[in-house]
Amino acid sequence: MASEKISIKNGRLIDPKNGIDDLIDLHLADGRVAAIGKAPDSFSGARVIDATGKIVCPGLVDLAARLPGLEDELAAAVAGGVTSLACPPDTRPPLDEPGLVERLVRRAADAGLAHVLPLGALTVGLKGEALAELGSLARAGCIAFSQGGNAPIVDTQVLLRAMQYATTFGYPLHLQPQDKHLARDGVAHDGEVASRLGLPGIPAAAESAAVASALELVRTTGARLHFTRISSAAGITLLQRARDEGLPVTCDIGVHHLHLTDMDIGYFDSAARFNPPLRAQRDREALSAAAASGLAAICSDHTPIDEDGKQLPFGEAEAGATGLELLLPLTLKWAEAEKLPLAKALARITCDPATILGSHAGHLAVGAPADVCIFDPAALWQVSAETLVSQGKNTPFIGCGMQGKVTATLVEGRLVFGG
Amino acid sequence: MNKPVARGQNNPQLNANGELTHLLSTEGLPREVLTHILDTAASFMEVSERDVKKVPLLRGKSVFNLFFENSTRTRTTFEIAAKRLSADVINLDITRSSTAKGETLLDTVDNLRAMHADMFVVRHATSGAPYLIAEHLARVGRHDIHVVNAGDGRHAHPTQGLLDMYTIRHYKKEFHNLTVAIVGDILHSRVARSDIHALNTLGAGEVRAIGPQTLLPTQMEKMGVRVFHDMEEGLKGCDVVIMLRLQNERMNGTLLPSAREYFRNYGLTPEKLALAKPDAIVMHPGPMNRGVEIDSEVADGNQAVILPQVTFGIAVRMAVMSIVAGN
Repeated sequence: MASEKISIKNGRLIDPKNGIDDLIDLHLADGRVAAIGKAPDSFSGARVIDATGKIVCPGLVDLAARLPGLEDELAAAVAGGVTSLACPPDTRPPLDEPGLVERLVRRAADAGLAHVLPLGALTVGLKGEALAELGSLARAGCIAFSQGGNAPIVDTQVLLRAMQYATTFGYPLHLQPQDKHLARDGVAHDGEVASRLGLPGIPAAAESAAVASALELVRTTGARLHFTRISSAAGITLLQRARDEGLPVTCDIGVHHLHLTDMDIGYFDSAARFNPPLRAQRDREALSAAAASGLAAICSDHTPIDEDGKQLPFGEAEAGATGLELLLPLTLKWAEAEKLPLAKALARITCDPATILGSHAGHLAVGAPADVCIFDPAALWQVSAETLVSQGKNTPFIGCGMQGKVTATLVEGRLVFGG
Repeated sequence: MNKPVARGQNNPQLNANGELTHLLSTEGLPREVLTHILDTAASFMEVSERDVKKVPLLRGKSVFNLFFENSTRTRTTFEIAAKRLSADVINLDITRSSTAKGETLLDTVDNLRAMHADMFVVRHATSGAPYLIAEHLARVGRHDIHVVNAGDGRHAHPTQGLLDMYTIRHYKKEFHNLTVAIVGDILHSRVARSDIHALNTLGAGEVRAIGPQTLLPTQMEKMGVRVFHDMEEGLKGCDVVIMLRLQNERMNGTLLPSAREYFRNYGLTPEKLALAKPDAIVMHPGPMNRGVEIDSEVADGNQAVILPQVTFGIAVRMAVMSIVAGN
């Protein structure tokens, strides 16, 4: 895709993967990074974006974002600095046929905003019974396979075979670990708050039991398994051990789970209903430590829900929150609270998820895709229905102040947001 | 940047002046509010014994009984209480009407609001439903409409909790120094939760929860109770024994093997009751399963105060409705 030459000048360039954190200019041409530092001669007369006082970093890479209204949500993505995102297959209908994937890929390309990396359905209709046509789905554009958020494979023999088959062809799997039986009827973390509010609980063991059994199958199959949206300290402990053992597993954490706990349900606030549920303070601390150490990447788990889906009693409301536009400021806030260097925090939402997704994006070496996020780290703004581009206004952070605002986003060297 | 303030972190039951405007839960209500309700109920007790059983406190007001879950008994007690306050009572059995046609809870509320309702008495199968209604009314600026929770999911049944407090106070006068045991299916019991919060606020000496692990919520002790799995141990020295109903569908399955085994372990028999103090009272929110959670000899015995509970329930509901309506 042709694009004009652009120089981003006077900004602080942070490229975690390549160890750059410096006041240095970035030059883009032909959809790629052309030079860092001094402009090549051919850049005389190139368009200049003045990034004085701003941070210039790789466009964010999101491991899980749902896109019910594709164009609107992709506009929200670039407004949040997200230039690549993986889309789980739990759409309606689920992404279990190549035609559906092709259509998604085509519409995303037409929108010309963020790159959409579809996760195909691992089983037909996400029913956990028969394998979907993984090969055809991969040819249509799926980069990995998943059961989405609500359809764990209950039959462990199906799970074993899915891992064997996917591994035969080198397809990675993304699974959200939750034992369906232990989580049955549950709507909140099984702990003090759920007990007090009389909310049916989902024990942390629903997650750790599913992680443990999936890890056993990884040991026998060698499957490349990404555990998505880990919520419990027990889950983190198991994954740390698996990594220490050298198993080919990775994981991520939803950015809301780094900040919130079940206490934030307050008096039945359905904005705080998540899947997996917000857990206890001890869990939140373990998640935060895992993201800080680099064990886990961070995702937005973007789930736009209209008002009808949330204006219901807690246990009947839909789970999830809008996240694409909060991924960056909530990650910055987390880094500040944990006293983490900015480059380390940005790695969790740029190069780390890009590596998990097998994407060439997520960094800004010469020759890398010119997917860039420019943000003002000092800008203050308030989360409201008006300030959010996403059609999903559902967030427990509504009315809260945020620090850090994206001022420009470039995809393949084209300015797709701000300026 | 600040953490979000979950909606209604401030107690949605109290208005800016700290007055009770909805009754949603006994949790978080100051002791003075609870005592005021009990005192007001005491003053209504004689109304029910008059020839003309009416006071004009809610004359001209419309009370809507919104029962999304069937309960003839609870609905009737609210209806009687509202009528004794001279209110007009409209009963809506919603399990069979609007929601069956896909109308949402708040749509239903908005429709009734347009009919000039002054008070909603809400029974719902999902925990927290009355909070959603109260919050919605605040959002649309209708601070003049009041919500009384008549039981939501497993969460709360505050008027039952308050009538239990009334009963305890009636027989025992003071709460401090009392040891109160709540026995049975606490996991699914909104009554138990309402009793526990009220007892702790009113300063009960010790609140005990007795039951098998399958019927007790996680981290129960954090609600301010002492947990016992052995009923004999838990009943020792108790002043008050509150028995809970065991729902039929929970008698045989993974929570309990059988009603027979449950009765053997947790049924209140004269022998087990003898372990409590000699003047201990026995309460039950009704309807009772004789031979499952309680032996007939105890249910009909002279320590049982189960029928007086029902009588007090009318006065307590009159007190709650008149207080939230601003009297």
